[in-house]
Amino acid sequence: MFPKELLSSTMAAISPLLSVKPTRGLVDEKIQIIVRNLPARFPVTLHSLYLSEDKDYWEAFGHYTSDNRGTVTVSEHASVGGTYEGTEPMGLLWSMQPVPGSRTGLRLRKMNVLTPMVVHISVFSGHVTEGFSKQSPLATVVIERWYLAPGVRRIDIKEDGITGTLFLPSGPGPFPGVLDLWGGGGGLVEYRSALLASHGFVSMALEYFSTEKNRASNLHIKYFEKAFRIVQEHPLVMKDNVALFGLSLGTSITLHMAAYSKAVSPRCCVCVSGSHVQPINSPFKDVSEKFQENGSKIRVDEDGCLIWKDIILPIPTDPGLKVDMGRIKCPVILIVGEDDQSWATVESAEDMTQMMRAAGNEHLLTTFRYPGAGHLIEPPYTPHVRASNFIVQPIRQKVTMLWGGYPKPHASAQEDSWEEILRFLQQHLYPSQDSVPKAKL
Amino acid sequence: MTERAPSPLLLIHPSRGLIDEKFSVIVQHLPPFIEITLHALIHSDDGDLWEAFGHYVSDATGLVNVDSNASLGGTYDGLEPMGLLWSMRPVPGSRLGLRLRKKEVNTPVVVTISVYRGHMGQGFNEQTALASVVAERWYMAPGVRRLDITEAGVTGTLFLPSGPGPFPALLDLWGGGGGLVEYRSALLASHGFASLALEYMTPRTSGDSTSHVGNEYFEAAFTLLKQHPQVCGDRIAIVGLSFGASVALGMAVYSTVIQPRCLVCVSCSHVQPVKGSLSDVFADISKYVHNINTRYDEENRVIWRDLLLPIPTDPTKKVDMGKLPCPVLLIVGEDDQNWPATESAEDMKQMMEKAGNSHLLTTLSYPGTGHLIEPPYSPHVRVSNFMMTQTRQKILVLWGGDTAPHSHAQEDSWKKTITFLEEHLYRTTSVTSQSQL
Repeated sequence: MFPKELLSSTMAAISPLLSVKPTRGLVDEKIQIIVRNLPARFPVTLHSLYLSEDKDYWEAFGHYTSDNRGTVTVSEHASVGGTYEGTEPMGLLWSMQPVPGSRTGLRLRKMNVLTPMVVHISVFSGHVTEGFSKQSPLATVVIERWYLAPGVRRIDIKEDGITGTLFLPSGPGPFPGVLDLWGGGGGLVEYRSALLASHGFVSMALEYFSTEKNRASNLHIKYFEKAFRIVQEHPLVMKDNVALFGLSLGTSITLHMAAYSKAVSPRCCVCVSGSHVQPINSPFKDVSEKFQENGSKIRVDEDGCLIWKDIILPIPTDPGLKVDMGRIKCPVILIVGEDDQSWATVESAEDMTQMMRAAGNEHLLTTFRYPGAGHLIEPPYTPHVRASNFIVQPIRQKVTMLWGGYPKPHASAQEDSWEEILRFLQQHLYPSQDSVPKAKL
Repeated sequence: MTERAPSPLLLIHPSRGLIDEKFSVIVQHLPPFIEITLHALIHSDDGDLWEAFGHYVSDATGLVNVDSNASLGGTYDGLEPMGLLWSMRPVPGSRLGLRLRKKEVNTPVVVTISVYRGHMGQGFNEQTALASVVAERWYMAPGVRRLDITEAGVTGTLFLPSGPGPFPALLDLWGGGGGLVEYRSALLASHGFASLALEYMTPRTSGDSTSHVGNEYFEAAFTLLKQHPQVCGDRIAIVGLSFGASVALGMAVYSTVIQPRCLVCVSCSHVQPVKGSLSDVFADISKYVHNINTRYDEENRVIWRDLLLPIPTDPTKKVDMGKLPCPVLLIVGEDDQNWPATESAEDMKQMMEKAGNSHLLTTLSYPGTGHLIEPPYSPHVRVSNFMMTQTRQKILVLWGGDTAPHSHAQEDSWKKTITFLEEHLYRTTSVTSQSQL
């Protein structure tokens, strides 16, 4: 990068000791960043850089001033400017954004979970806001962020018409299981399942809207029931301890199955950014078309981004247009972003609560609402985007979708909700102490 | 058909760590108040199996946490969060005299940690564990670069930290066992030091094939570092263990070319003939090795520590410590059965006090600790196979130390070594540094 002649072989006047721990972590693990050996009260910029699988550069930065001992401790000191402010130990990861000059509408997603995200963390002299690639940092460390813990196994599933990827924790099992359902964007998205398996759950990521041109989408409820049974019947899975985990349209599927399926009985349900509003009297597979019938309610903002929120508003009173929440017999955790611009999840959550209260099963429901959070509430520390490119399935139409949310509150929502979700799954998928037959051990 | 009991949840954090990083081991969803054994297993590069285990009892919530629960027995006991690593030993039936050393530093040490029911002491491979996870332990942090060095007659491996540099540097010298040992340099580079692991004890095929390298070889290695574009030429230290540490002392005092900023000398002695080359030193020691007075313990293992005793009063037989120009950190195991480290350290101190440069000396002395004081959490061995470089003869050498105190010494001395090196190689001493910005 720099010609040898410019690099002096004598020590730069400032040579900080930059340490980031752990250097190889799971995506949901916190990092500790400490800079030492700076002059006292010295301004520096901490910078992160990541080259995505799509070959875009993402970066974040924070402005700090060293204390009297020449140290910056990110978990204790406040950033006074940059892509994040305040005392934010993970700000260098969740506040990343595409570097200036990048393509528009990007979203950061890791599709290959067998390799880590490689992030460069650097210290620059002074409070820098641009041109990072043109300056030499004082120090750099490289860290890896993994969705997959060592020993977790990845298995392609192509059986009985089902397309998915199964992740197995290491060890003899048996383990609780999860069927992992993403939203209307389609494709086979593995990273959440890889992370769940790293936390001890057998998890299958399911593809139901293919992104391949010649593959049909499959929204028949029987498809999801078959997928659920594949997880249940796996020799390493405790068949009575399998959950449904959905985001967006995945939540619609989850609630439908929990209420109406005669073939499967989830032990509990995780419903992120979703709604119970869907036509009940027609086959589930037609649900997309039914939503399209309300297409006139789609708004467009001043940047040309689509706002889908109003499609299901007002929440219908007609019971034929929403899942009968009174039929649900298992615990449900609802995760809702109050600034969700894509789906009316706040209004839906309120209506679901009322339905369950009236039916007498409200004790099964736990709701977490996050102010300032948008639609895409994902595992923590990956960047939030307020809007991004989206391909509407199954018609394969390219749009820019407004998801909503603002970086800091959305990042907090991701961090907090993931912790709550893992706790919820552990609580409901591990048999309680009373029911474990002690004699067996 | 009754449902199988669920696997307890076993979590290691971090699951991918550096070799000197602590990890937490937590087991959840056990029944309350049951006995379990935590077990660690490594399959070494040489194909041997090493294991450690600790006996625990779950609490009322079905939890075991090695950070807060004591081991009641096994290969370690007490509150020992890292006991599963440092107390490892070869599994029953293994070859004798093994030592666990990672040759390939580009890959991690893979440790399988398992939970077994009951308090077990053997037969782990015949039982199904309740749970099992894999942890990786790395000598190299991401971004650290490894470069083969074969220039200026020098053979070694250079490890560079990530970042733009230039970096302070280390010349990393192992002991009389020879070969090219990379792992300590890889780890030091992961802490921000350019580190050259030097091969010097192997009989060379070029030039004089029977001799070992002379002083010029070390001077060439030091100069190579000094001139390297990614190294700060005025911030180079030497880290040495055993014979390597003796070399470091000799060079620091007598060489005009080698001017280290500081020295770290582990398990060493300053006793050596000071006139002549390193070959002379080694020849001298070899004489001792085959000496009729070499002691053997009751199991016929060589105890070499007496060979340099008593510490001579003749100044031609030891390095003149009064002339040492730079700070030195001496790390001494009080149960060192291989070299008289304690006696040497005492004599070095006296020499320096007499000469007035004892302010340069820092000594860390550890009871119950043997000769092989290495980076932390790798297993201690009291005895291992050793190949005599000249004669290619294999013997069993007694290094000394008891596992628990030796392991604590490794942990403590490594931390202090890093601090010492940072203090002398990174801290800016110039008061004008700020104005240079």
